[in-house]
Amino acid sequence: MEKRPKSFYVLTGFFALFILFLYGPTLTIGILSFQGPGGGLTFPMRGVSLNWFHELFQEQAVGDIWGAFRRSLMLGLMVMVTTVVVSVMGGFAFRKRFYGSGILFYLIIASLVIPSILISLGVGLIFNQFGMKIHWATSGFGSQLTWTLPFGLLIMFAVFNRFDKSFEEAARDQGASPWQTVRHVVLPIIAPSLIGVGLFGFTLSYDEFARTLLTAGSYNTLPLEIFGMTTNVTTPVIYALGTMTTLFSLLIIGAFLLTVWIMGKRRARFGSDAGKGV
Amino acid sequence: MLKNRHIQGWLQASPLTLVLLGFLILPIITIVVVSFWQATEFSIIPAFSFENYEFLFGSPVTYKVFFATFKYAFITWAMTLAIGFTVAYYLAFHIRSQTLQIALFLLCTIPFWTSNIIRMISWIPFLGRNGIANSALQSWGIIDQPLEWLLYSDFSVILAFVHLYTLFMVVPIFNTMTRIDHSLIEAARDNGASGFQTLVHVILPLTKPGIMIGTIFVLTLVMGDFITVRFMSGSQKANVGRLISNDISLLQYPSAAATAVILLITVLIVIGILLRFVDIRKEL
Repeated sequence: MEKRPKSFYVLTGFFALFILFLYGPTLTIGILSFQGPGGGLTFPMRGVSLNWFHELFQEQAVGDIWGAFRRSLMLGLMVMVTTVVVSVMGGFAFRKRFYGSGILFYLIIASLVIPSILISLGVGLIFNQFGMKIHWATSGFGSQLTWTLPFGLLIMFAVFNRFDKSFEEAARDQGASPWQTVRHVVLPIIAPSLIGVGLFGFTLSYDEFARTLLTAGSYNTLPLEIFGMTTNVTTPVIYALGTMTTLFSLLIIGAFLLTVWIMGKRRARFGSDAGKGV
Repeated sequence: MLKNRHIQGWLQASPLTLVLLGFLILPIITIVVVSFWQATEFSIIPAFSFENYEFLFGSPVTYKVFFATFKYAFITWAMTLAIGFTVAYYLAFHIRSQTLQIALFLLCTIPFWTSNIIRMISWIPFLGRNGIANSALQSWGIIDQPLEWLLYSDFSVILAFVHLYTLFMVVPIFNTMTRIDHSLIEAARDNGASGFQTLVHVILPLTKPGIMIGTIFVLTLVMGDFITVRFMSGSQKANVGRLISNDISLLQYPSAAATAVILLITVLIVIGILLRFVDIRKEL
């Protein structure tokens, strides 16, 4: 193997610092959430305890975080399923290059780049003007879709740009109906990317703040609840909550990545019999 | 009729179109309409008046705040580009094993899927008056007094932006870099280019589309932000997003809407300019 140039070692150092920069602060609050009962928001640690995690389960200390967590979880799942279904349908639609697909494409980009607070403000105003009650499952749900759908569709565009059409032609030549082609050929091929779309849908919704701010109504989602806490909670209980939600996010990310990995393995095992014939 | 690809396309795209009409187009139209309305302390009154815009353009605060917004956007852009390019370059050209490349790339992207608010909060123990940075600098004897400008300042706002958004540079730049044909780099070397010359004259021009996409992400996220500035500056600094959110909290919706319209136009002009340099559909 070729000898590494000196720049390799410099860049490795740079990369290590970047990773430290990305993860360092989160690890710090992870450690500080185990502060002793008398400890404050910064080091030094005054003992080690589970005190602040314990407080998370006491309503008077933290308000309705478990209700907020349940709502965020529910909303995340709703957004995830909708994002996957709508993005896949949209992805199929864009392959047909229909009239107006160009405009729709720029609308998707607009949805991505528009400042979130405009969605929040606009949707809030519409609901008020028409006398509808804003609620996380209606106005909040729709507002979040304007953020998750562009990511879903960009992934679908990337997938279909690389999609080998001869698989579909082969299916059609063998007499598969259009639906059978989609169900048994296209969807299995793009399945790992759909898991990716789902991951974006869930996590972006679960962490969304700006687009839910004026559209969630009287029941807060978890990010709104956490932001509310930053103004009136001055104990490490907020770190404990941060640590818990980050662990939850990591668990979800891990589950998605594991699913993709297992799919890849299964595919390698059962997928092609090319070259194995006798 | 169902065989017609245009009709089929529209049918399949209809859920998407409905969401975008209801939650993107309609809200923008509403904001534009409301920006011409008038407001009292308690209610908003339909009208057609330029009052909100006159007030907005007549106030020196507006210009100051727009300037601050561009300042944050520009500094954040420069820093995320420098860091993002370096990281992407390292991953794409210095990591030889593909498994390791994917693993390190995921390591860079995982924070993107966690909460931004928590990631902002997590800077407090580091930057605070008695935080890790100040104690470390003091114990090393570099400073006598704790630095006051570490938290709740422009510094902490930009630090948080860079922390949150460098990912948006790394991903598209890495994506374009992995598609660069390696024979071009070999050709450059065969012709006697040094590593640095190859970087500047071959890799950098070929990476431009990725840089443009990253730039669009970072600029729009920073220009539209209100929460990072509010939280990381302890409400001491302002940008356009905060101007809007302050009006909203005072229930001054027409005035908030007028500011939002100007912000939207500004962002769209910036994007319009950037899109001249890159064909997004081709780059996916």
